[in-house]
Order: sequence, then C-alpha cells, then structure tokens
Amino acid sequence: MNLKSEILPLLKVDALGYQRGGGWLFRGLSFEVMPSQMMWLRGQNGTGKTSLLRLVVGLARADEGSVQWGAGTMPGAMPGTIFGQTANAVYVGHSSALKEDLTALESLQFLAQLHGRPSSPTECAAAMRRLDIYQRRRQLVRTLSQGQRRRVALSRLALESKPSLWVLDEPYEALDTHGVSALNALLDAHQSRGGSVLLTSHIPLLEQAANCRVLDLDARVAS
Amino acid sequence: MTVVARDLRIARRRPSEALLPVIFFVVACSLFPLGVGPEASTLRQIAPGVVWVCALLSAMLSLNAMYAADHADGSLEQMMLAEPFPVALAAAKALAHWVLTGLPLLVAAPLFGLLFGMPSDAIGVLMLTLMLGTPVLSLLGGVGAALTLGLRNGAVLVLLLVLPLCIPVLIFGAGAVAAMDAGLTPAGHLYLLAALLLLALLGAPLATAAALRISI
Repeated sequence: MNLKSEILPLLKVDALGYQRGGGWLFRGLSFEVMPSQMMWLRGQNGTGKTSLLRLVVGLARADEGSVQWGAGTMPGAMPGTIFGQTANAVYVGHSSALKEDLTALESLQFLAQLHGRPSSPTECAAAMRRLDIYQRRRQLVRTLSQGQRRRVALSRLALESKPSLWVLDEPYEALDTHGVSALNALLDAHQSRGGSVLLTSHIPLLEQAANCRVLDLDARVAS
Repeated sequence: MTVVARDLRIARRRPSEALLPVIFFVVACSLFPLGVGPEASTLRQIAPGVVWVCALLSAMLSLNAMYAADHADGSLEQMMLAEPFPVALAAAKALAHWVLTGLPLLVAAPLFGLLFGMPSDAIGVLMLTLMLGTPVLSLLGGVGAALTLGLRNGAVLVLLLVLPLCIPVLIFGAGAVAAMDAGLTPAGHLYLLAALLLLALLGAPLATAAALRISI
C-alpha cells in the first residue's frame, strides 16, 4: 500500500476528452491533484490549457471522461454539471471579473459576497494589503492598469482559509516582480495548509517551488 | 439580492446610460402628436397604444446589456460558479432591469396620459396595466438576452426573439384601457395580464438559467 491510497486526491480527472472545431483538443487525459500539491499546466497556445481549467471547474462540458472533486467523488456521468464540491474551490480566470464602474474594494467585496467568503470592508482591505494594492482601493476599476486589476482579482485568494483547490488561469500575467513574489507567498501559505493549486503559466519560475508537478499538454499532443 | 444591489450601484455610477430607456420613452411618445396631428379625439384614442408600444420598445433598448457586460468581464462566470443553476441570478437580473426601466416608465406614463387628454380613470387603468405588464417584459427579455449572449448580432436577435413573445402583453395592456374607454370593465384584461405575469415569474427565470448554462 502506498501513500496515495490513504490520502485522497482533491481532484481526479479521468480519461477526459474535449472537442473543439471538429477535432479533439485533447483526449484520454488523466491526472490527479493531491493535497498540498501544485500542478503546473504547460503547453503552447491552443493546446487547451484554458479549456481544461474551465472543464475542471464545470464551466464547460466534457465530451468524454469525468472530473471528480474531493473525497466523495461525484459521478462524471452528468457532463456540464457544476458539482457541489466546487463551492470551496476558487477559480480566477483570464478575465479579472471586476466591474469597471465599481471601486476596487467594492468589486472585491462583491466577489467575496457572491462566493460566501468574508466580505466586510476591513477583511477585504486586509486582503488587498497582502497584494500591495490597498492604496488604490477607492479608485474605480476602469482607472486601474492591467497589472493593478490583476492584483485586485488575486487578492481574492488572500480571503481564503480552507485547504481547497485553487484553479488559476495565467495568474502571473501582467504582474511585476513584486506582485509575483506576493502571489508566490499566498500560494506557499495555501500549500502549507494542505490546499492545492492547478495553474497555467508561461513563466518558468515555478520549477523550484515545493511539491510542484508539471503536466505538459505539448508532450501529450506529440506522443 | 447582492446582484440587484450591485447592478443598481453600477447604474448610479453611469446615470446617462441608466436614463436612456426613459428618455427614449419620453421622446418617442412626444413624436406621435407631431406626426398624427393635434386633434384631441384621435390622440385620446391612440394614447394607450402609443404609450404601450413605446414602453415595449424602451424596455427592449437596454435588454442586450443585461448579461453582455457581465459576460465580457468574466463576472458572469463567477456568478455561475457560485450558483450552478442560476435561477435566483436570473430573477435578480430581471428585477434590477425592471427597477431601472419599468419603474421610471410608471412615473412618466401618467404625464403622457394627461398630455394625450386621457380621462383620469383611464390613466389609472393604464398605470395598472403597466405595473402588471412591464415586469413581464423584463422577465421575457432576460430569456432573450441570455440566449443571444456572445453572439455578434445579439442586439437585433434579442428584438426578434422577444418582441413576438411580448405581443400578448401589448394586446391586453392597451386593450384594458380601450375597454375602459368603450364603457366596459377592464377587469378581464387585467386578470389576463396578471396571469401572464405569474406565468413569466414562474417560467422565465428557469428558462433564463437554462439559456445561461448553454451560452457560458
């Protein structure tokens, strides 16, 4: 008996297949994300990284296979269903989901409220301080730069306290070195409390990170 | 409720955009006396129809924006993740749309009733029909807006999808006032409008939620 059978994976993807534009984007894709693990999804543009993340969180429906969340796995036979287990998960997509006409703090509070996370002004302001965007909290989102928006969107992660799965699509995009280290600190803290991360990134600075596995979609297409 | 509060707050930040439907309603209604001629009896006769058609068109004007902005910036995805089958979201969106377009019309409509020379009891009935009818427009509009999400010709397609569905509301809404003018009781029309409202309340959020699941 190895360790794997005792610790259950947070996410289990089994023989997943997804069609796009008449052909298979990927097929027979299987992997598991264990607690405290970081899974780095790598691949060229158009290899289906974002599609895979959307399938995982249930925003898209798989053509084949199943996505199972948590210990009490849900039947993947219901494609397109967003499972209850995803309630604890966090998905930060390519677009930052902030409203142009709200202030940074209001946007963050709305997202926190929507997902049932702590949403008081003080808690959200503290989260923004973690990503060093606190000074801009009263500014309208439309006046913020791309990198600043990214920071506001990512400060959602600082509101999390559960060892859940974070699904992040290009979280490092538009961040400066300071922002990158702030995000890395958040990811480290999350992994050390037993949470896991599934992310895509073009920046190869993750390889030295602890307990990091790489899933290369290029290699799969080639083989 | 969170969504309703947020939508209203966003509208307050952009008053020019939020006031557009009611301004359209005012302008469109005031064109009719200019086009048809200032004869009092004609105007009184066409008033309920004019007010209702203008209300219908001004409600359609802002439909496209109902989900499109949230879709574009990724907020809609987050809302769908928070709530797998977004019936409550659909209802909240329709409510916010009604508060922003239907409610101002209710305030503006009696003004036009007076301008068109309608008797005061007919204005009362007109208000009642608008109160029952405009929420139906917002609810049905939500289905159309959700279905056409992300399509390039969405704005026109919404009109083609939703306007035919709104015909019963128009018929009974304008019909109630006409019946009143003819000396009949408008109760039958009002009951039918209320029935349409109940039907839309029960069915439209479900249909919108299903449409959102397809469009996302």
